[in-house]
Amino acid sequence: MSLLSVKGMSVDIGQYSVLHGVSFEVPEGGVFVLLGRNGAGKTTTLRAIMGLWDPTPGSVHFEGSEISGLHASEIARKGIAYVPENMGIFGGLTVAENMVLATASGKYDGKRLEWIYELFPALKTFWSKPAGALSGGQKQMLAVARAIVEPRRLILIDEPTKGLAPSIIANMAQAFREISEDTTILLVEQNFAFAKALGRDMGVIEDGRVVHTGTMTEFAADAELQNRLLSLSGAEAPA
Amino acid sequence: MQGSLTVKIAALALWALLLFAPFLFQDVRQIEVAARICVFIALVASYDLLIGYTGIVSFAHTMFFGFGAYGAAIALKQMGPGWTPVLLGAVSGAVVAAVIAAFIGLLSLRVKAIFFAMITLAAASVALVLASQLSGFTGGEDGMTYRAPDLFKPATKLLTDADGKVLNVLGVRMNGKLAAYYFVFIASALLFWAMLRIVGSPLGTVLKAIRENEARAEGIGYRVVAYRTAVFVIAAVTASLAGTVYAVWLKYTGPETALSFDIMIDILLMVVIGGIGTMWGAVIGATALVLAQYYLRDLMEVAAGATANVPLVPELLSPERWLLWLGILFILLVYFFPAGIAGTLMGKREAE
Amino acid sequence: MSGWVEKAGGVFLLPVLIAAVGFVLIGTPSSWLTLTVAGLSMGMMVFLMASGLSLVFGLMDVLNFGHSAFVSFGAFVAASVLAAMSGWLGSESWVLNLIALVLALMAAVGFGLVAGWFFERVIVKPVYDDHLRQILITMGALIVAEQIILTTWGGTPMNVPRPRFLEGSVLIGDSSIEIYRIFAFILGALVYLGLFWLLNSTRLGLLIRAGVENREMVEAMGFRIDRLFVGVFMLGSALAALGGAMWAGYQALITPALGAEMLVVVFIVVIIGGLGSIQGTLLGALIVGLTQNYVGFLAPKLALASNMILMMIILLWRPSGLKPAVK
Repeated sequence: MSLLSVKGMSVDIGQYSVLHGVSFEVPEGGVFVLLGRNGAGKTTTLRAIMGLWDPTPGSVHFEGSEISGLHASEIARKGIAYVPENMGIFGGLTVAENMVLATASGKYDGKRLEWIYELFPALKTFWSKPAGALSGGQKQMLAVARAIVEPRRLILIDEPTKGLAPSIIANMAQAFREISEDTTILLVEQNFAFAKALGRDMGVIEDGRVVHTGTMTEFAADAELQNRLLSLSGAEAPA
Repeated sequence: MQGSLTVKIAALALWALLLFAPFLFQDVRQIEVAARICVFIALVASYDLLIGYTGIVSFAHTMFFGFGAYGAAIALKQMGPGWTPVLLGAVSGAVVAAVIAAFIGLLSLRVKAIFFAMITLAAASVALVLASQLSGFTGGEDGMTYRAPDLFKPATKLLTDADGKVLNVLGVRMNGKLAAYYFVFIASALLFWAMLRIVGSPLGTVLKAIRENEARAEGIGYRVVAYRTAVFVIAAVTASLAGTVYAVWLKYTGPETALSFDIMIDILLMVVIGGIGTMWGAVIGATALVLAQYYLRDLMEVAAGATANVPLVPELLSPERWLLWLGILFILLVYFFPAGIAGTLMGKREAE
Repeated sequence: MSGWVEKAGGVFLLPVLIAAVGFVLIGTPSSWLTLTVAGLSMGMMVFLMASGLSLVFGLMDVLNFGHSAFVSFGAFVAASVLAAMSGWLGSESWVLNLIALVLALMAAVGFGLVAGWFFERVIVKPVYDDHLRQILITMGALIVAEQIILTTWGGTPMNVPRPRFLEGSVLIGDSSIEIYRIFAFILGALVYLGLFWLLNSTRLGLLIRAGVENREMVEAMGFRIDRLFVGVFMLGSALAALGGAMWAGYQALITPALGAEMLVVVFIVVIIGGLGSIQGTLLGALIVGLTQNYVGFLAPKLALASNMILMMIILLWRPSGLKPAVK
């Protein structure tokens, strides 16, 4: 049984239909990458799973139970964390306060925190500084750290490499690898090199529909398929 | 399209009634009502241009109305009756309105549209307080009485019969009062027509585009602010001109008739009753509310008298509690009937 | 230059600057001291009225034009309780004085809590995400609330008795300072400190501050902002009622127009201070309080207009206000 199962999800924003019948399955464990060009509907898909749009047609099952129509906070309580494209950092709060807020009880596990510091050493340095003063890369680290401050079942991450320096992207890739050992990650990405290195399973979304799903190994080996689904649809060339 | 036609026909029928009002309703009070309806149609139409076509709420519309009224009043008071002071008052009121509107618009719309409502409310109260305090200039709380141009004096004979007396046509005396009414009618009709023209012009098209997809329009950035400020200035100048017209008609200007917050509430109610963003709704809204103001209040008085022995009821029905009922009506309208009469008939919601 | 200004407190120096300018213009130190105390105590009372409006806007993007109705109701409820307990108020025993005063203030706060809950559920909730209708509806609610006050308490000005131990004034040098003003200042300062503690040292405060910045993200972390919001709305309404109650004692004579008059001042305060932060609101309130009292002394007719002009200048300088919440 897959961890997350999306069937026929549709989203209208105003008079525009952004998603029309998105369906895909995210198996338990590892990184599932959702590829697609700008405006294909990747961000909307993540937001809809997270319950940040009004209830939409279609169904979303998480660990076998329907979560579509639930309030975002209830979905979060089921063990899904969300790292939005703009990172959603609270700039007026300190790094510590950002982390504390992400815990359900207001207390964090010291051991887990040590592990997070190892993944992202910068957070320890800036622990009591306002998060607004962090660099873009550090904010992204904080955003991911918030998502894993407590054990989760699934993390939705929206384009974490956007605008980051190569060294930070490498750090991020390493962190994701470690996180995905016991937490499933649903990653939306345009950076194909990054996605290829991490992904186990993948899907391609185009014009509000999932047009291909499979394993990353197969997809990475099939140049013709990549060309058809990514390049021709306007996505940036594999880096 | 059917509904739209109905609204236009109804509005034009109301205009026709207003055109023949002096012949149809010969009571002094009825003419007073007709003139007030005319002025408020122009005023509400100018407000609808702002709220209905840009979506921003201003509480300073009375202030601009007051600028025009006080401009004319002060000029007529200082210079005596004549057309020069009327013109001077109209122009100076309009200029002040335009400058202040541009300033407020650029200041508050540039950053946060939400500031706009608060700042216009603050500005309007300051204007009201200043008008009461600078009594040497404005007449203070008591306001000012003055004489209108000679043409509008009741003693003026527009047409005379063979004996040199005022001619009666269909029982209506062709005197200055009649001329004054038609001055109000024509001026208000012109202002209303101007608003209609603006809505139908390229500017109106841009405004509708902004209204329909603000996100896209905001993407264009500063132009939204520029358009909104421009519309705010146009609305302010129109309100000011309507104020001048009303001041000439009333021959009295004071905080109650030209600046008070009650007028702002009236305008809001009229535009909501008529239908926000419909323009033709202004005619329906203004007529309905002015009629209610003049006649429903009498009815409340009667009802309060009839229930004098019941506890609390007469208190609630007293004409002094008029605003209570207007407030409740207003809330209910905004909740359940947001498109107003014209908007509902025109099926605006479906069309969008 | 700007570096040391920032270190010394930045925009928080503005009230000090205004006080200094006031000192030069007024000339006589004793009058200046009286006016400064009056300005600070007025500032604190206005802070009580404005803080809720600012937080409510910050958290839910709700602009409540009916906010000043809570101020009016607070004033009238407290005045009625005080009037009913005039025996205790005039008593020699300051304990009875204090009990009467506390009961009056608690009645106002209690009313604010209940009315706030009702207002949020019935008036505001149906129009959360629609600014146009929100402004119209809350304005309509303000009209209705004012009429209810008129119907309940009548249109004639109402006398507000003060507890005996707050009557009179103390002499500091040549300037006499009303005890009530000192009391109002201290009460306001205590409420500010309480709010500051709530927002900065509790988990609830952390949620509020985070919600002001990014409501959606807080929800995606598993919290219900809308439920939190009712609480904040009630708190804000209660504070407004408390401010109104204090204001009633300060004015000693109140009319139903009180709320509408204060609404303008409250708006100017939150615009100057910046929406969504209580530090900004306090700053704006003190600036407005001082300016209004100084100008009221120097050029009485310009008192309200001076605040308006001040607001314009500050908006030209800082378009989002002096100390807005981080968004």
